[in-house]
Amino acid sequence: MSHSAEDTGPGHPAGDDGETRRDFLTLATAALGVGGAALAVWPLIDSMNPAADTLALSTIEVDIKAVKPGQRITVKWRGKPVFIDHRTPEQIKKAEADDGAGLPDPQADKDRVKKPEWLVLVGVCTHLGCVPLGQKPSQPRGEFGGWFCPCHGSHYDFSGRIRKGPAPTNLEVPQYQFLNETTLRIG
Amino acid sequence: MRNIKALLAVSAIALAAGAVTVSSLSAATAPKPKAQDWSFQGLFGTFDRASLQRGFQVYKEVCSGCHGLKHVAYRNLAALGYTEAQVKAFAAEVEVTDGPNDNGEMFTRKARPSDRFKSPFPNEQAARAANNGAYPPDLSVITKARPKGTDYLYALLTTYKEEPPQGMKMPEGMFYNEAFAGQQIAMVPPLAADAVQYQDGTKATVPQMAKDVTTFLAWAAEPELEERKAMGRAVIIFLIVLTAFMYALKRKVWSDLH
Amino acid sequence: MTAPSEPTGAAPTEGSPGMIGKAKDWIDYRMPIFSFMDHELHEYPTPKNLNYWWNFGSLAGIILVIMIATGIVLAMNYTPHVDHAFNSVERIMRDVNYGWLIRYVHMNGASMFFLVVYIHIFRGLYYGSYKPPRELLWWLGIVILLLMMMTAFMGYVLPWGQMSFWGATVITNLFSAIPWVGDAIVTWLWGGFSVDNPTLQRFFSLHYLLPFVIVGVVVLHLWALHTHGSNNPLGIDRKSDKDSIPFHPYYTIKDLYGLGVLLIFYMAIVFFAPNVLGEPDNYIPANPLVTPAHIVPEWYLLPFYAILRSITFDIWFVEAKLLGVIAMFASIFILFLLPWLDFSKVRSARFRPIYKQLFWVFLVDCILLGMVGAHAPNDKVFPGIANFEYVQLGQITTAYYFAHFLILMPLLAKFEPTRPLPESISEPVLGNRAEAGE
Repeated sequence: MSHSAEDTGPGHPAGDDGETRRDFLTLATAALGVGGAALAVWPLIDSMNPAADTLALSTIEVDIKAVKPGQRITVKWRGKPVFIDHRTPEQIKKAEADDGAGLPDPQADKDRVKKPEWLVLVGVCTHLGCVPLGQKPSQPRGEFGGWFCPCHGSHYDFSGRIRKGPAPTNLEVPQYQFLNETTLRIG
Repeated sequence: MRNIKALLAVSAIALAAGAVTVSSLSAATAPKPKAQDWSFQGLFGTFDRASLQRGFQVYKEVCSGCHGLKHVAYRNLAALGYTEAQVKAFAAEVEVTDGPNDNGEMFTRKARPSDRFKSPFPNEQAARAANNGAYPPDLSVITKARPKGTDYLYALLTTYKEEPPQGMKMPEGMFYNEAFAGQQIAMVPPLAADAVQYQDGTKATVPQMAKDVTTFLAWAAEPELEERKAMGRAVIIFLIVLTAFMYALKRKVWSDLH
Repeated sequence: MTAPSEPTGAAPTEGSPGMIGKAKDWIDYRMPIFSFMDHELHEYPTPKNLNYWWNFGSLAGIILVIMIATGIVLAMNYTPHVDHAFNSVERIMRDVNYGWLIRYVHMNGASMFFLVVYIHIFRGLYYGSYKPPRELLWWLGIVILLLMMMTAFMGYVLPWGQMSFWGATVITNLFSAIPWVGDAIVTWLWGGFSVDNPTLQRFFSLHYLLPFVIVGVVVLHLWALHTHGSNNPLGIDRKSDKDSIPFHPYYTIKDLYGLGVLLIFYMAIVFFAPNVLGEPDNYIPANPLVTPAHIVPEWYLLPFYAILRSITFDIWFVEAKLLGVIAMFASIFILFLLPWLDFSKVRSARFRPIYKQLFWVFLVDCILLGMVGAHAPNDKVFPGIANFEYVQLGQITTAYYFAHFLILMPLLAKFEPTRPLPESISEPVLGNRAEAGE
């Protein structure tokens, strides 16, 4: 600590007792100070976490009444596209038939849907993040009937699973629930 | 320490200067409003939830026809003690414009909790056109935007007089109000007894409604108030303790020199 | 001890123990930052008799750090566009986690910064800290003050309230008083024909930049300080080691204690009266078509505002408006001349009985100038007395301000009978002991 203080000046701490008291006090003060500083810094860091208005948009409700069988719609959720696909019975059958078909990311179709006729996927290719084509009938859907990512040629099937191409995993299924027959809450 | 007397004298002058300045300034604009008691005042102030809900009702049924609240979102109403379903219902009463849709058109839909309050007019010009050139200000921060805002707002709502004093002529379309700067205001007296039927059965006198809507608007301007004061009490106590430790340690460190 | 030629050589002088010690030695050998800090903290001689008025420099430094930290975080959420600025600030207050806290800390931090710096400056005036060999230290301080004023002025514009807009309009319009090039300069400052979006955006850019310039000047300020060390309440030089103590732990703990006291005051305002120092009008969104009844700057700029408005008469061919601008800048630039205006060899007011009284008069004069700045020029100072308006009080206090520096300081320097100075800093304490035979 201080070198010259004990040499100069008339008074000095009374031996060990003074030293111990000073050390405890130093420790206690330092602990309080460091704790206070941490508490003071925390708001600055937490302010970078999503703000209340961002969090308010972290769930959306979608009215799916008007989506006919065979129709696909896109909604925006947390800044990303979400594909909602009202599947026909043939599409569901094809999706389930391929459950064992040597999938790069094996997953049964029934594990990817709550109601088989509604497929809900995050429309972001798991390779490098492009938005796959296939939402509109005029767009290519790839060799497996689902979606096709034009950036590097990933093909997804009727269940949104990766079948061919560089993407490592299936299209993500977001957290969602049916509020009622015609309303989907995502997130 | 030697000049402590001089320092105290100067500090007293500085404080007096500040006080004189503040008090004489307000006389030059609106008269100083009478001080009221507010539940949210002081070191331990909190909002009275029942009053907030009544005040919201007054805002919704009386004020929102002309005054916006655009910085408040419907989801913020949860702080008044409403359930998620009630908040959703309040929002759903309002139609808002959204879009463009895939056809490039704007469309209307029911408001959601995540939307901010819809303003009655699309812009200031429309507001003025509908109000004889006067602009009904947005009320989101009104209690912070006026000196002694809460007292002032209460005074404004409760000191309309039927007749101006002797010798004062009111121009067409203006009303006499004691609290307003210049005592002439374009706003029609908004509150009359029983203008609103309170859901909790409280009698809707003008002073009661004024108190409730002012409480609501004080919340709208400072929704963080309760959290701020609670944190403030903890922070100040912590700092006092920490500073006491610092002082003790300082004395210890300096003891060999004194 | 390892020889310096070895690749992992420790610093030649210290064999520091343990792994951290070895790491420090490795760095220190290549860039002596630890030796430097060690020297400044432990060996740098600080006068032993500094009183609490010497706390305010470190307090200013800490507030600068707080302002930069909160400012950077605010900038993550602020939008510097006229259509979005006010709304983005409200979003910070309502939606950003702890946004209200960070904003209030930043907003009131500006006031704290000026309060602390003004006390720091007045300390310098009282104890003669501007006298040789510290003239450059003093100058760097004034540069910091000027940068602070520019930063604060631009920062106040950012929320884009009524006062933001009209304060910016009034102050930028001042430059039109400059002959010939005035209007071109104002157009250049505005980036247009009035305060508008280009003005707001460039003010944001510069408001973010200048604090880092302040940091640089603070480094120079500390370098100049450390060249000859701190002044002290007696105003006499250190003569021996007996007069000084190491900065650490004595002044580190004393500064931390002072910080605690400041924070109690600062946080009381932030948490319980966050808008008491501000203007309600700034919660009204800026409206170029409606001028507020009273345009006032923040309290810390009021004295200069008063001086600006005091000059209401033309002198010869120079217009009152230009004279006001000149007077306002002169009130700060005169501080640069102080070491030569006050050439008294005695530094501290403790030994200058007349100067001591005039110091307090000067301080009261500055406070009165602040009051003048806050009032409308034609308001009566005393309600009963008709012919004494604030504009007249402003003229008297402005005249006295300059008289203090230009007339009183030189006169005192030449003629003031000063008290005898003590032999040394430690003499009042140890001198008696020497007589007692210790």
